[in-house]
Amino acid sequence: MVEYSIQENLKAEVKNLDFFYGKNHVLKNINIPIADKKVTALIGPSGCGKTTFLRCFNRMHDLYPGNRYEGEIIIYPEGINIVSQSVDPILVRMKIGMVFQKPNPFPKSVYENVVFGLRIRGNHNRKYLDEVVERSLMSAALWDEVKDRLHKPAYDLSGGQQQRLCIARALATNPEILLFDEPTSALDPIATSKIEELIDSLKKEVTIIIVTHNMQQAARVSDYTAFMYLGTLVEFCKTEKMFTNPSQKLTEEYISGRFG
Amino acid sequence: MTKRFQKEMSILHEKLLSLGILVESRLKQAMKALQTRDLVLARMVIDSDVDIDTTEVEIEEDCLKILALYQPVAEDLRFLIATIKINSDLERVGDEAVNIAERCLVILKYPALYLDVDFDGMFTIVDKMLRSSLDSLVYRDIDLAYKVCLMDDTVDALHNKNYDVIKDALNSCKHRAGLLLNTFMVSRHLERIADHATNIAEEVIHLLEGEIPRHRKL
Repeated sequence: MVEYSIQENLKAEVKNLDFFYGKNHVLKNINIPIADKKVTALIGPSGCGKTTFLRCFNRMHDLYPGNRYEGEIIIYPEGINIVSQSVDPILVRMKIGMVFQKPNPFPKSVYENVVFGLRIRGNHNRKYLDEVVERSLMSAALWDEVKDRLHKPAYDLSGGQQQRLCIARALATNPEILLFDEPTSALDPIATSKIEELIDSLKKEVTIIIVTHNMQQAARVSDYTAFMYLGTLVEFCKTEKMFTNPSQKLTEEYISGRFG
Repeated sequence: MTKRFQKEMSILHEKLLSLGILVESRLKQAMKALQTRDLVLARMVIDSDVDIDTTEVEIEEDCLKILALYQPVAEDLRFLIATIKINSDLERVGDEAVNIAERCLVILKYPALYLDVDFDGMFTIVDKMLRSSLDSLVYRDIDLAYKVCLMDDTVDALHNKNYDVIKDALNSCKHRAGLLLNTFMVSRHLERIADHATNIAEEVIHLLEGEIPRHRKL
């Protein structure tokens, strides 16, 4: 097993993580450091376990019975293991937001989408919610486009705008880590470019982990890249090294399109 | 798409090697013109440089096309960057061959003068460096690439020796300054060709090792 260490402040550390869908052993002994306020990309062919891995970070697998984690994902500075059964998944999700492949706004107004997480936490202070909506939409580079139609249905927005709305919704609860699962696969190149710029500006505030099938996207947006294959971590290093001089033959073959 | 990409890369590789062979033969002809005092051959080298220039532009265009269309990474990317640089070095070697041929036109206006300048020996090493640098690319032979880099010191030493010989000759026969300066320039052109061969070998090292070897102690 290769121990990866990086010269960065750590936001999280994945240690000997295994994951089982029932009896199906899908993640095998994953060890990755996650640098604070950096972008870590997860790449690999379909079925390699990257989305499963990403979903461990906000305990989404807990929604289905029979799923099981072994090992640890330690979040700093608290030093708690978020996959431990003694840790409440709801508390984990308050710290760790997620943006999915397809934009999934709720059938509500733009405003209500953004404040949804705060409302279910019992926060109804209008002035505070207004502030959060403005701040989150600005951080998601959407404010100028929607400030005059905050109370219109979110479904009226374009696909790219809906995806940025989902990012604003994730940001509203002040997460420490933001998970992106192929956030641009359903978007056109212009909307993709806006999301990528957004990811670049968001990393000043939050730590980002992104799953992408687009090699160039991983190369453009991330600081570190992890290449996964058949549920194992094949290589983890700085993105520039991964795409110029990977150390594993398998990585080289995958990123240069010879398989996958 | 991958098959098409592989095919384009392999065509590019072949074109680069053809340019290498062409440049090598032009250099040989330039040196032969000098050694055999063959004006016709010297003019032929000068006039045919356009073939090298055309091929160089064609290879660069191919590289840009592949970069834009396939966005290669890792070793493929390093190969393309190496190709762009080696292409440019080979074109410069072609120019140096033309320079030697042009010096030859001047030198041949004068009667032969005995000087203790060993162009045959120097050319043997330079030619070997150029060929070995291209062989190291063909056979992906990193040891050979390193050997080329080490040979550069020998050529530099020979060039420095030529400098001293010609400087002394200039002091003793000032009326032959034109001939002597042009003779010195031939040595300078050979030394530059050795530098280009070293650059090519360094590109091969980068291609194979992934680390840029320039400016580090080998």
